[in-house]
Amino acid sequence: MLGEGILKGLAETGKNFLGSFVSADRLTTVQYPEERIAPIEATRDFPFLVYDGGDWEAGLRCVACQICEKECPPKCIYIVKSVDKKPDYVGKPQFYPSRFDIDISVCMSCQICVEVCPFEAIKMDTEFELSTTDRFGGLLYDRKELAKSNEHYHKIHPTEATEVDARLAGEKAKADAKAKVAATAAAAKVAAPVKPAAAAAIPEAKPAGEETRP
Amino acid sequence: MIATFVTQAPMTGMTETADQIFVLLKHWVVGYLPVGLQGIASVLISVVAIIAVFPTLFALAVWMERKGLARIQNRRGPNRVGPFGLLQPIADGIKSLTKEDIVPLSADAVVHFMAPVVLVVVVFMGIAVLPMGRNMTLVSMDAGLLFFFAMGASTELSVFMAGWSSRNKYSLLGAMRGVAQMISYEVPLLMSSVAVVMITGSLSLDKIVEAQNKYTWGLPHWNIFTPWGLAAFVMYAVAATAETNRSPFDLPEGESELVAGYFTEYSGFKFALFFLGEYVGMLSISGLGTTLFLGGWSAPFAFLGWVPSWIWFFGKVMLSIAVFIWVRGTLPRLRQDQLMNFAWKFVLPFTLLDLMVAAAWRFMGDGWVRWVVCSAVLLGAYALMGGVGMRGEHFGRRKYRYAE
Repeated sequence: MLGEGILKGLAETGKNFLGSFVSADRLTTVQYPEERIAPIEATRDFPFLVYDGGDWEAGLRCVACQICEKECPPKCIYIVKSVDKKPDYVGKPQFYPSRFDIDISVCMSCQICVEVCPFEAIKMDTEFELSTTDRFGGLLYDRKELAKSNEHYHKIHPTEATEVDARLAGEKAKADAKAKVAATAAAAKVAAPVKPAAAAAIPEAKPAGEETRP
Repeated sequence: MIATFVTQAPMTGMTETADQIFVLLKHWVVGYLPVGLQGIASVLISVVAIIAVFPTLFALAVWMERKGLARIQNRRGPNRVGPFGLLQPIADGIKSLTKEDIVPLSADAVVHFMAPVVLVVVVFMGIAVLPMGRNMTLVSMDAGLLFFFAMGASTELSVFMAGWSSRNKYSLLGAMRGVAQMISYEVPLLMSSVAVVMITGSLSLDKIVEAQNKYTWGLPHWNIFTPWGLAAFVMYAVAATAETNRSPFDLPEGESELVAGYFTEYSGFKFALFFLGEYVGMLSISGLGTTLFLGGWSAPFAFLGWVPSWIWFFGKVMLSIAVFIWVRGTLPRLRQDQLMNFAWKFVLPFTLLDLMVAAAWRFMGDGWVRWVVCSAVLLGAYALMGGVGMRGEHFGRRKYRYAE
């Protein structure tokens, strides 16, 4: 009969209306400023620069290669390469960014900068309460504001950060081993033409480095 | 004619005082004025009371609507401003007052300005004839019902003024739809009320309420509790929903197709006035429905007669608003052809039939025979017209006739 469907619909919405007062799990809204839910691990919004150790300026992983600046689709990254060099995590002297600005009012959170970075230096943050009263300067972040510790990275993306740490440790071990070999080889060259003890050390060092790799 | 809030009730006991509290208060205030000013002061006080009460109810209705729709969708609704978000309408009002008032460059500025004013004025004038309690009618006209419909029909003017003066295709389309819809549903709205007039024998809303304020075995003689009254009430409710442009008949302001319909080009406080006009229109048409079918200010049971009459009236009106909100939360919007088919092929013939049934009811005398006959006729017609008439090809999927 005409109107049956309307009555069925009214019953359904009536059930929803009353049910929302009875069972709390119907209301899925989180009352945000008072209540918070932990962000899921894959959350991302704006990029930050990772640094190792206690000093942000010395520990920045970024080597100012400017790949991210070139790849950024909305062109929100601005980098000035340094003239001098500083040692990176392996100990190799590298350039560093004397300026590194991201305009987060332009950034579209695409994560391309993270994907192209060969040095694991730029990662996505989960901080979202970024409102400011200054819409120009307040949203243009310089490298000091962008620099966040590796511990922070571990806190927001634990799985990813552990993986990155393992890879970096592997590379460092490999580099150390190589350096050691080079050093021993150099030493051997200097000391004597053939020295069996030094030659035996080489195969030992290499597998140790391999094990830490993921 | 302008017999405002006349007190005839003798002051006997607390119940009478509570029932007549506003009337007594007004008489007390007016008593301090010189005799020459008393008439006009009495009218002014009543008008101010109406202008204060109905926007308050509008704010309450908006709050109810937002909360109710939220709960229907398993949300919480506004809960930030004041306890349970009750002050949200005030925040909204301040917001709309401080917004920029934009008039399109090519708009007809005078008509553009007049449209919301006309709407609000006309809607408030309709309220003047509603009996809001015992002795609480601002203007107790002999032809009150006629006056109400005359005022209700004028809202179409405002809709078209808004749509035409904006010089915007969406506004104009919305206004065209609005006028077509309101005129189509004006007819069944009137026809369903005529049944009540036929039975009561008066166009005076006071007399219509008085006629329903009787009890048999403690149960009221409301018009809705008769077969013809129930049918007329359902048709009245459908037509009233369409008349106030409420969902599912909100085609004139269908957001998905017309931006906001005829008030697309309105911003700031003019937009708020349209909003106010729409809600006060809803309140007044609910008030008329209450008066015609739900016994106006009379109590639903004889033993509840001690509760003040104005509580019953406003309670019934707010209950009707709650039903409006419930329907809005349930039904999707109709299509234009469905809307017109429904009005002219179902609602109008059914109200016409209901007039016949009401006449038969009147002349069949007391007894159970008229109950059986009238119910059978109406039920049969409903099943026939609803089942056969509405399930035809006109009500199914749309057939596209353009070349493929």
